[in-house]
Amino acid sequence: MIFYRYVAEIVFFLFIAAIFFGAVASLRARYLMNAVLGLALALAGVAGLFYHLGSPFLALMQLLIGIGAICVILAFGIMTAPRPEQEAEMLGAVKRNKPLAVVACLAVSIPLILTIVGTQWPPAAVRVGDFSVKHLGENLLHQFCLSFELISVVLLAAILGALAIARIGRGDWE
Amino acid sequence: MILPSEQLTTYLLVGLFMLVFGIYSMIRHRTFIGMLISSEFILNGAGLNFMAFNRFLAADPAVGQIFTLFIMGLAAAEAALIISLILMVYHKYQSIDPRDVRDLKG
Repeated sequence: MIFYRYVAEIVFFLFIAAIFFGAVASLRARYLMNAVLGLALALAGVAGLFYHLGSPFLALMQLLIGIGAICVILAFGIMTAPRPEQEAEMLGAVKRNKPLAVVACLAVSIPLILTIVGTQWPPAAVRVGDFSVKHLGENLLHQFCLSFELISVVLLAAILGALAIARIGRGDWE
Repeated sequence: MILPSEQLTTYLLVGLFMLVFGIYSMIRHRTFIGMLISSEFILNGAGLNFMAFNRFLAADPAVGQIFTLFIMGLAAAEAALIISLILMVYHKYQSIDPRDVRDLKG
């Protein structure tokens, strides 16, 4: 049993490495499409962490929505929009605003690291329910029914808005 | 021995890395689509945090999972909307560099 725990631990660190390398790849990519592939790698790593956190369902959803939907939308955006952008991205091995970016990152990360390391996180006294999909579904359709429906409406509105905005941009409605 | 994959701090630090990397990359990218990719990193870091707190601290483990699902749904909606905005901006300005879009002198 101990052996399998250590194997799981190695896989865990592989997932973290996937997040890290995906992030670096998406920042240093010469083409935007490579940046999207880096994002997909990082999202797959996050899905693996979800699995380690006891929720295979969420890991699957992350693969479906994160990689299957978001990365495909981004890829379509890059394909339908513009070549000039890729050339701009190629020219820009040196990107701008480095000092500003470093200052912003330090200002965010230092207080948060101190908080994470210095805080005692007490778990809840009583734990109810489990990680099963059955319990999740019951909650989704009872306690969080309104939020669930609202998310559906938001998605519908976003898609209709996206269609409308894209048509206005083409000049048909002006 | 408590392994790192069974500690809350590990997940929080990974989530923090995604947040900080997203901010860094959003400031440094030269295109709108690059900035959109960075925002996906930030949103996924938030989702990872929700899942970590849900696993280790929460009273009911369904709540964090449902919120993470909502974050994913909103991220997808946001990506679709912003891609269409980028296409509109491209047709209007023939550029997707944020510096070229400055009619309001922002």
